[in-house]
Amino acid sequence: MAKQPVDYEALLSTIEASFPMVQILDKDGKIVNEDIMPDLSDDELVELMRRMVWSRVLHDRSMALARQGRLGFYAPTMGQEASQLASHFAFKKQDWFYPGYRDVPQLIQHGLPVSQAFLWSRGHVEGNNYPEDLHAIPPQIIIGAQFIQAMGNAVGQKMAGKEDEVTFTYTGDGGSSQGDVYEGMNFAGRYKAPVVFFIQNNGYAISTPREKQSAANTLAQKAAAAGIPGVQVDGMDPLAVYAVTKQAREWAAAGNGPVLIETITSRFGPHSTSGDDPTRYREQESFDYWEQRDPLIRFRNFLTEKGLWSEEQEEKLIEETKEEIKQAAKEADQAPKMKISDFLKNMYNEPGQNIKEQIEKYEAKESK
Amino acid sequence: MANLTMIQAITEALDQEMARDEKVLVFGEDVGKNGGVFRATQGLFDKYGEDRVSDTPLAESGIGGMAFGLAVQGFRPVMEIQFFGFVFEVMDSIVGQMARTSYRMGGKLHLPAVVRSPFGGGVHTPEMHADSLEGLMAQSPGLKVVIPSNPYDAKGLLTSAIRDEDPVVFLEHMKLYRSFRDEVPEEQYTVPLGKAAVAKEGTDVTVVAYGYMVREALKAAEQLEKDGVSVEVIDLRTVSPIDYETVVASVEKTGRMVMVQEAQRMAGVGNTVISEVSQRAILSLEAPIGFVTAPDTVYPFGQAENAWLPNAKDITDSIKETVEF
Repeated sequence: MAKQPVDYEALLSTIEASFPMVQILDKDGKIVNEDIMPDLSDDELVELMRRMVWSRVLHDRSMALARQGRLGFYAPTMGQEASQLASHFAFKKQDWFYPGYRDVPQLIQHGLPVSQAFLWSRGHVEGNNYPEDLHAIPPQIIIGAQFIQAMGNAVGQKMAGKEDEVTFTYTGDGGSSQGDVYEGMNFAGRYKAPVVFFIQNNGYAISTPREKQSAANTLAQKAAAAGIPGVQVDGMDPLAVYAVTKQAREWAAAGNGPVLIETITSRFGPHSTSGDDPTRYREQESFDYWEQRDPLIRFRNFLTEKGLWSEEQEEKLIEETKEEIKQAAKEADQAPKMKISDFLKNMYNEPGQNIKEQIEKYEAKESK
Repeated sequence: MANLTMIQAITEALDQEMARDEKVLVFGEDVGKNGGVFRATQGLFDKYGEDRVSDTPLAESGIGGMAFGLAVQGFRPVMEIQFFGFVFEVMDSIVGQMARTSYRMGGKLHLPAVVRSPFGGGVHTPEMHADSLEGLMAQSPGLKVVIPSNPYDAKGLLTSAIRDEDPVVFLEHMKLYRSFRDEVPEEQYTVPLGKAAVAKEGTDVTVVAYGYMVREALKAAEQLEKDGVSVEVIDLRTVSPIDYETVVASVEKTGRMVMVQEAQRMAGVGNTVISEVSQRAILSLEAPIGFVTAPDTVYPFGQAENAWLPNAKDITDSIKETVEF
């Protein structure tokens, strides 16, 4: 038999070998890779822990508020604290953020008041009335659209000669199957645009397991199709996520182009509060496995060992956060009632005859 | 004044806007060195450089996302979709994203992007090149949709579109690109968006048309003039938002109307115009409104274009029917 022109087996194993998972802390909080420890001060380490605990409380309270009907659409974040907060921790205030619908914790850390995040959840325009200095657009519902938009934003930053300013965006494992995710990465590579793309791989797209999205063994390797670096990181490890993100940001900010980061993570709850029941498609063992890898447990152990964190500290923070959230929900209740005439006025800078006529009609109705 | 084809007028508008405002960026498939598949961007690459006139990868959706992000960063993107039949690849960016941005952000962030794209029949293009899909765009709140019918309007409307704060879809009929020349002022000027034009005055019947059908309507009008029928031709110029004021004023004067579009009867914007005129001017009408369209099939195979596309003869027949009702 003639020799085959290409060794497919070797080809596939080479791809896999090129995308090893980066980890610094194991599930118990022990350092397994000292060499790549990020340069974070004690204060910064504590601040990162504070943000992760804050996010867990935000999750718990959001679920409760949603059950009480005081929030509308909410996509749970429990389990993804390292993936979301430790990655965001590596960016700067001036960086531009294109979040997906599950990325509200990072958005708040980037500068969105909690009350506005709640208004977004409830479906109120004031939730998207962003402060001038918040470099972000509202959470994207169309999965993948944020990747092509973030790319365009980064091309703009480059064109404008913005120094030390990048764009970052997130999607999920399911999102990695979208055309826009590929196009976003590919354009960004072609334009050498300063953007960091994240695929937060939590194992499920609603009920569809990761394996049903792609035959690729990692999602990070999808970067190869765009000719850009791809990295897979333990998404339950805050230090690894931070270290990898920081390197990617520096790479992008230095004019080298985009990076794709896949965080291997898990959501401990349902897909959203809109009636999803994960026990229908996910075994209890899966929850048990991932809950043992809770990013809070390992980071708490790591910091306690260093004498930087205590139970009392955490309790105090939890109480403070609960109070902050209570106030934010109250503040959100104060938002003015929305008017159709205002919607009409917001449609165009210079409206046509149809809009003008309808403004008149609805204003008359509203003044009754 | 120079005697320009519509494509030359379009290039001139792009050139002058790029010279006036460095935030204006032109990009798309083959718009750079090649100057565009129709030469619409000819010379811009050499004059303004690769940053401002850039060839993108072949992916319409990515082009739309790029326009979105660039607009957020304060640029004024003028993206090109090579043929409007390819719009389906980028519907989300245009309709799902750009069109909604100002509303979503409470009027705080406008998205000043222009989507330029050729369309239209009569030049024997392959599949999915000539389809009239303006109806899909016109049904999308948040967009403006502009279709010039001559070189003068093309330059003035494109200049307005680039200066507009909101997303504008600018559709260029391929058969109009080089079919005739028009006096076009060399200096910059604007033609307002959302304003129709009276292309020809008349007293017996109003014909409302847009795009290439304006030419056919004018031909029909000229023909009928000889038979003693005075036809007023209204060129919509902007098909969203529609200037009902001008249309209704004309119908109130003539008492009769024929709507003309190249799109299929179930598509285009004709149904909307007829509906609005019916609601606003029914007491002025002396006859049912005529409606000249293509049949409700998929855009025809190349060799069947002549039989399928509406033309001056169809318009003449419809006008006669309306006048003799």
